[in-house]
Amino acid sequence: MSASIVGVLALQGAFVAHERALRSVGASTLQVRISADLDKVQALVMPGGESTTMSKLLVSSGLFDVLADRLHDGLPVFGTCAGMILLATEVLDGREDQRSLGAIDVSVRRNGYGRQVDSFETDIPVTGLSNPFHAVFIRAPKVERLGAGVEVLAECEGVPVLAREGSVTVASFHPELTPDARLHEQFLRHHHII
Amino acid sequence: MQVKRGLAEMLKGGVIMDVVNPEQAKIAEDAGACAVMALERVPADIRRDGGVSRMSDPEMIEGIKAVTTIPVMAKARIGHFVEAQILQALGVDYVDESEVLTPADEAHHIDKYAFTVPFVCGATNLGEALRRISEGACMIRSKGEAGTGNIVEAVRHLRSILGDIRKITQADSAELFQWAKVLQAPLPLVQEIAETGKLQVPLFCAGGIATPADAALAMQLGAEAVFVGSGIFKSNDPAPRARAIVEATTHFRDADILAKVSRGLGAPMTGIGMDDTTKFAERGW
Repeated sequence: MSASIVGVLALQGAFVAHERALRSVGASTLQVRISADLDKVQALVMPGGESTTMSKLLVSSGLFDVLADRLHDGLPVFGTCAGMILLATEVLDGREDQRSLGAIDVSVRRNGYGRQVDSFETDIPVTGLSNPFHAVFIRAPKVERLGAGVEVLAECEGVPVLAREGSVTVASFHPELTPDARLHEQFLRHHHII
Repeated sequence: MQVKRGLAEMLKGGVIMDVVNPEQAKIAEDAGACAVMALERVPADIRRDGGVSRMSDPEMIEGIKAVTTIPVMAKARIGHFVEAQILQALGVDYVDESEVLTPADEAHHIDKYAFTVPFVCGATNLGEALRRISEGACMIRSKGEAGTGNIVEAVRHLRSILGDIRKITQADSAELFQWAKVLQAPLPLVQEIAETGKLQVPLFCAGGIATPADAALAMQLGAEAVFVGSGIFKSNDPAPRARAIVEATTHFRDADILAKVSRGLGAPMTGIGMDDTTKFAERGW
């Protein structure tokens, strides 16, 4: 119905996999690397990857402040893994110079689930989905504190792994790594993009 | 398998830098590397010194792990599955079964399915890439010619791999049997390429990247991320060059940004020609 374009932050990380998932549920996508790209999108996905690398590239590309403004104005955004770290109000075990956008009131610990040898996958129930979702955790960040306004959409062993506050949705895991695009669809439907 | 393969997805669009000590690892992380490769000598020095080149001392790998928060990779010799077992026990995030080290086995590569740690392997052509994938590699990189600062071999390997993939997508079903025979690769993997038009694991570039333009060239040719070995720490001024290569890998199609980040980086590593060079790329079967 609409000409809405969903941006995928393409500075570094799993942006191609997110584009594939978004397209599979009917969205038009655009890779976002500079602020002129961001001007064209009505929603944004921030992928997994290396959050310290992305933090630097957000600053050097001039995207950081423009993105902060768009988030403040309510741009729907879905951040997975490193994307969640970049959206959090507080990052534990980050680098001193690492910047985050403070768009959702959570504290996350980088690599909170450990290194690659500790990475795992498991099925988790998700609010709004009739069947469990197969979640892949890779050097995943761990949520250690939630603000009062944050709604938990899924937990893994009692720890929130999918959460939403206003226009911002975050996941510790990687919904883009499996063919199941239900979380992308849920995000887009929630914000009336599809 | 998603867990093993997934980390390579996270490294896409990034730069993995060779480092030989914690100080270099800090410089790499400060510059925006998405991972570091911990090794005792960069390929240029391995080339110069000769002799047998082996897995790094665990103490040195642990020293690098201790100062970085980004993924740490390390190299094992081709076929040396015990070196790989040790690297897995050390908790490294990726093992590179690498032709840069002296091969330990002249017929067999490591059975990579036997490990929980993911592996990256080098390839010079599509057949080699598919044989490594059939052994369980989660990422393929061009071999290039490590330690030369000369991009020509990496370009040859990327063009060979990606060119044959393009041809296979045009082949009919009978021709795929012939492709499998010529490539000495498992038929199902060839059939899968005909269907998808891509390798089933990410394809990165390694071997000879010395400048931001080299990195962008590899990305425009179709690599999904780059490894930089000697190119950073054998240059005059490593930190700004490392930052510039990170920028160039992200903005690989934006010539204005490439022009900006290529300025004033000092001398790159001194490259060497291919004529009197030992070809590391010929190691691997």
